[in-house]
Amino acid sequence: MADTRTITLSVNGKAHTATIETRLTLVDFLRHELQLTGTHVGCEHGVCGACTVLVNGNTVRACLMLAVQCDGEEVAAVESLATDGKLNVLQQAFQDNHGLQCGFCTPGMLMTLTEFLRDHPEPSEAEVRAALSGNLCRCTGYQGIVDAALDAAKRMRETAR
Amino acid sequence: MSTAKLSGSFTGFGASVKRKEDPAFLRGEGQFVDDIHLPQMLHAAFVRSPYAHARVGEIDKTAALALPGVHAVITFADLPEEIRRQTLPLLVPHPAIKQPKLPYALAKDETCYAGEAVACVIADSRYIAEDAAQLVEVDYQPLPAVNDCRKALEPDAPMAHAGTESNIAARFPVKVGDADRAFTGAAHVFREKIYQHRGGPFFMECRGAIAQYDAHAGAYTLHVSCQGPHRIKRSMLEMLDLADHQLRVIAPDVGGGFGPKGSFYPEYLNVAIAAKQLGRPVKWIEDRRENFLTTHQERDQYWDMEIAVDANAKIIGVRGQLIHETGAYVPWGIVLPWITATTVPGPYVVPHFKLDVLSVFTNKIQTTPVRGAGRPEAVTTMERLMDRVARELKLDRAEVRRRNFIQPEQMPYQVGIIFRDGRPVTYDSGNYPACLDGALQVSDYKSFSQRQAKARAAGRYTGIGIGNAVEATGLGPYESATVRVATSGRIAIYTGATPQGQSHKTTLAQIAADQLGVDFNSIDVVTADTLMNALGVGTFAARTAVNAGNSVHVAAMEVAAKAKKIAAGMMECVEDDLELADGYVRLKSAPDVKKSLREIAVKSIGMPGFSMAGGLPPGLEHTAHFTPDQAVYSNGAHVAEVEVDIETGEVKILRYTVAHDCGRVINPMIVDGQVVGGVAHGVGNALYEQLAFDDNAQPLTTNFGEYLLPMATDVPQVDLVHLETPSPLNPLGVKGAGEGGTISAIAAIISAVEHALEPFGVRIAEAPITPQRIVELLGEHARGRTQ
Repeated sequence: MADTRTITLSVNGKAHTATIETRLTLVDFLRHELQLTGTHVGCEHGVCGACTVLVNGNTVRACLMLAVQCDGEEVAAVESLATDGKLNVLQQAFQDNHGLQCGFCTPGMLMTLTEFLRDHPEPSEAEVRAALSGNLCRCTGYQGIVDAALDAAKRMRETAR
Repeated sequence: MSTAKLSGSFTGFGASVKRKEDPAFLRGEGQFVDDIHLPQMLHAAFVRSPYAHARVGEIDKTAALALPGVHAVITFADLPEEIRRQTLPLLVPHPAIKQPKLPYALAKDETCYAGEAVACVIADSRYIAEDAAQLVEVDYQPLPAVNDCRKALEPDAPMAHAGTESNIAARFPVKVGDADRAFTGAAHVFREKIYQHRGGPFFMECRGAIAQYDAHAGAYTLHVSCQGPHRIKRSMLEMLDLADHQLRVIAPDVGGGFGPKGSFYPEYLNVAIAAKQLGRPVKWIEDRRENFLTTHQERDQYWDMEIAVDANAKIIGVRGQLIHETGAYVPWGIVLPWITATTVPGPYVVPHFKLDVLSVFTNKIQTTPVRGAGRPEAVTTMERLMDRVARELKLDRAEVRRRNFIQPEQMPYQVGIIFRDGRPVTYDSGNYPACLDGALQVSDYKSFSQRQAKARAAGRYTGIGIGNAVEATGLGPYESATVRVATSGRIAIYTGATPQGQSHKTTLAQIAADQLGVDFNSIDVVTADTLMNALGVGTFAARTAVNAGNSVHVAAMEVAAKAKKIAAGMMECVEDDLELADGYVRLKSAPDVKKSLREIAVKSIGMPGFSMAGGLPPGLEHTAHFTPDQAVYSNGAHVAEVEVDIETGEVKILRYTVAHDCGRVINPMIVDGQVVGGVAHGVGNALYEQLAFDDNAQPLTTNFGEYLLPMATDVPQVDLVHLETPSPLNPLGVKGAGEGGTISAIAAIISAVEHALEPFGVRIAEAPITPQRIVELLGEHARGRTQ
């Protein structure tokens, strides 16, 4: 019989308790147990970044982390970004700068940039590109994503002022 | 013309409106195939051949079936009779295909590439299905494998398929004029042998499918991440011997396709068969390792080419041989090498052309079109030849191109060869000299030598390269579009076009908005569901703007005309006095006198027991299938400026310019995105992406650590120049835009790398050109070795 544990964690601000197999990855837990399918699986070996979420505010690859490791932790995924359906500044910048095409890598891009822009409010283009180098996109050539990140940073600075 | 255009908030054809698709994706509310959870759903995993070539003997499922949570292990012997008696369909037959080899739904008695499916395990979860797949014991007898399409042609080569006598799948000539005669007495003849490897699609969302079977209706529903559900349906109907109403195929949101999601794969059949056998929905989601093993790729081509020019560098002829690797099977027949062959002449006058094309089996996953579909290789080959001519005759590379361009006044231009649509290659329109000039100007080509001299003085090696291409786009046969005004007044477009990131829901709405006099946001676009459109083809070959776009245009025009007709009856006036605006049909002279589309739609469906007024067919809707007579030809010129580190072999792209002409542009923002994204794919093909196999054809690159996709730090900002030569061949004047960014990129980048390494006499005749290969080519000149 599979090894199981009961965990309690917060996902997108909501508490969940679940009994799960110890081998269940965080991303499969989010997608298949909680039906939070906004977080995507792109490679299952930690390279593509599509599954990026925040655990206690830090980005992790949800394909490389086990759900049981999140017992007692706070997880934030793409569904946490918009408020009552209204896009946040970063999401809006993605739409305005054509930062997505097929939309599959987008949740991971958003979560990576959520952490990055929080910690680097005035990034250069090169810094944005370096920050994004752990997230693969096959559609956009990254230009729209980089533009969106720089635009979002600018808008956030203006709002903060 | 709609009033929206006049009011300044224009959202129709030509406007860079923001995409309708985005908000859902940005909120994490996209619905990709793996996001669909059905009640009672089971999960599939496949047992796959660990050998590139093997005889398959006994299969023991006992241990797998004993695992709790396992519902079935399906092998070839368990497949329904109609599936066992046939291989997967050949999608495009052609008489040149001498050995139309295709796989069975599961291996019958032989596997011909590593990863070929041998059994399908169905369980309560994917985790359990994978556990069980490891417990299925298969008695394999390894057979000699062939890993290279040149080796496959050698007399003592192993056969990719046991029991055959040759590894040649197909051989065909492509000819214009009399090349052999033309070469005799030419002032200059130069020969180049070129190797090109194009890698795979590597969309971020792997393939996947969910099948349901309704025993009462005797009908299946298949959700599949694909580029065209109608063609998947057609293959399924053929294999399962079903009537049209017994299968509905739907493509939900699709996370990239780039060609290979347009193919038909055995997994789709297996989930359908399992769903029927078990009476429960069955899901299969490809993992990334499976994606590397089993999703179609575009790999190797070996070219041996000669170009003959006169004393003024004008082309007399081009001739040679192309050895194309098809892999284990030929699902698309010779489509890929044929497109390659017919793209070689490109924007140049090539009076005589002869190419001997061989499509050759190996024991690797099959090759089918990937973004660009064989064209990048053709363009790279032709541009290598043009660079060679420039070098030998000591002419500027741009000047050699200028001397050979087809001139705008020569349009329509007959190249003299037959394209894969069966029509002669006839360029409909375009201004190739202006396109190159545009790219040269923006890239500041003229002053490059000064930039280069400065860099050299500082010990840096920079170079510049050019790539020109003409691309057949908008291939037929048609795409379906129904424009319907519902009795709620809401407008919807239903189409077989199948977006994978190309923004159809935005661009098709923009086209209809013009005709219907509404904002594009009042139009919903429903794509890729075989229940909504009886016919459909799908999205590939840069065909949707031309095919679906014009179908929507025609259908929306008809709906507008019908709305006026019905309204004229209701308002007792003549149609000519009416116009469509803001969701109403109104009197031009008195805009307050109007009928809403909702009222007109209700009127249009008739009243029970009453005859239709005016003899009009019922419904405020129209279905159109625009059927292009031939391809329309986009064109582009790329200029790449690079710096090569002669110690590490790293190539840095300093500047990248694309001049592009795809006819009239529906949404400039979206076209820019397509071109820039295409360039990134080309950068990968030029510098990084390589699928490696060992001597036994065992794949060595099966993850993104071993196979390198371009990252944000690898691709340049792209400067764009837009030219707009409307196509005369369709009402909208559009041409395809999805592949041009990729097609010329390899040629431009490797030319620039060679140019940068000119002081060392390095010649590049291959792609990709990786850092380690650059260091190898530099030999004693590589900085680390001499200092």
